[in-house]
Amino acid sequence: MARTFLVRGLVCGLIAGILVFLVARIYGEPNVDGAIGFEEQLAHLASGAHEHEEEIVSRDVQASWGLFVGVMVYATALGGLFSLLYAYAWGRMGRLGARMSAALLAAAAFVAVYVVPFAKYPANPPSVGNPDTIGFRTALYFGMIVISIVAMVAAVNLSRALLRRWGAWNAAIAGGAAFLVLVAIACYLMPTINEVPDGFPATLLWQFRTVAFALQLVLWTSLGLSFGWLTERSMAAHPAPGSPALSAARR
Amino acid sequence: MSDIAMAPEALPQPIPLRELLPWLLLATLLALIAIYFVGAEQGATSLISGTWVHEFVHDGRHMLGFPCH
Ligand SMILES: [Zn+2]
Repeated sequence: MARTFLVRGLVCGLIAGILVFLVARIYGEPNVDGAIGFEEQLAHLASGAHEHEEEIVSRDVQASWGLFVGVMVYATALGGLFSLLYAYAWGRMGRLGARMSAALLAAAAFVAVYVVPFAKYPANPPSVGNPDTIGFRTALYFGMIVISIVAMVAAVNLSRALLRRWGAWNAAIAGGAAFLVLVAIACYLMPTINEVPDGFPATLLWQFRTVAFALQLVLWTSLGLSFGWLTERSMAAHPAPGSPALSAARR
Repeated sequence: MSDIAMAPEALPQPIPLRELLPWLLLATLLALIAIYFVGAEQGATSLISGTWVHEFVHDGRHMLGFPCH
């Protein structure tokens, strides 16, 4: 059972990855090129040596195969993780149904894994960010992901504990509020990073970040919906033991 | 036969944690290694010398939201 879910998750991750790659290639690359253009302009003005001048991997490869491989590995890995989350939730989410539970889990994972960390430490195009602080910024970003996931788990547990007494609607609101309070405290306490160089075009930064957000939205939406669809389909084809269709067939 | 229509809708049975755990550990480990190579290798930390991995996944690293340089 777990194996079936895992394989399905990897397949859905691949599907999501292809969609993400297309959006990244069409909408994201122009912004990356624009940012690299700004970086080269700066380097030219300073007329000093710069890391992007000695090309180990050409821009063409970075923007095609490099982007493709990076996105596919990332999306497939998340698809695998998502499927195991789903395998754990399987039979533990009441009567929500295969598609609805996949959609809800994907939405919760999207918020915890990406939206909250993005709100505090948004994606940056090339030339934004001081190379000397890369270790610190990477630790903060991954730390924020961990905090956000812990807050989401706590909020879901709270919701489930309140479910019987408060009903689904109010319990969900309480869980959502608890999540927001926890991550708001974390955002307040975690150090703020602003390393946007002077003169970097504001519209370019905005566009880069909107596309980065859209990529994750595409990823989690396609992952959740395709996984739910395939699970629903396989349940219809192989009903669980004890289900009406199977008992009818046995009689 | 009438009890067929009356039978409660079957809910899927939860997968026991003991059965789930090995899959969870293995797949989580592999997935984290994969995400590490896309998101952080030869940036904040480096397992392989050089900058090829960083440069190859460079655009993806930026667009997927990881700090790059
Ligand atoms: Zn970069």
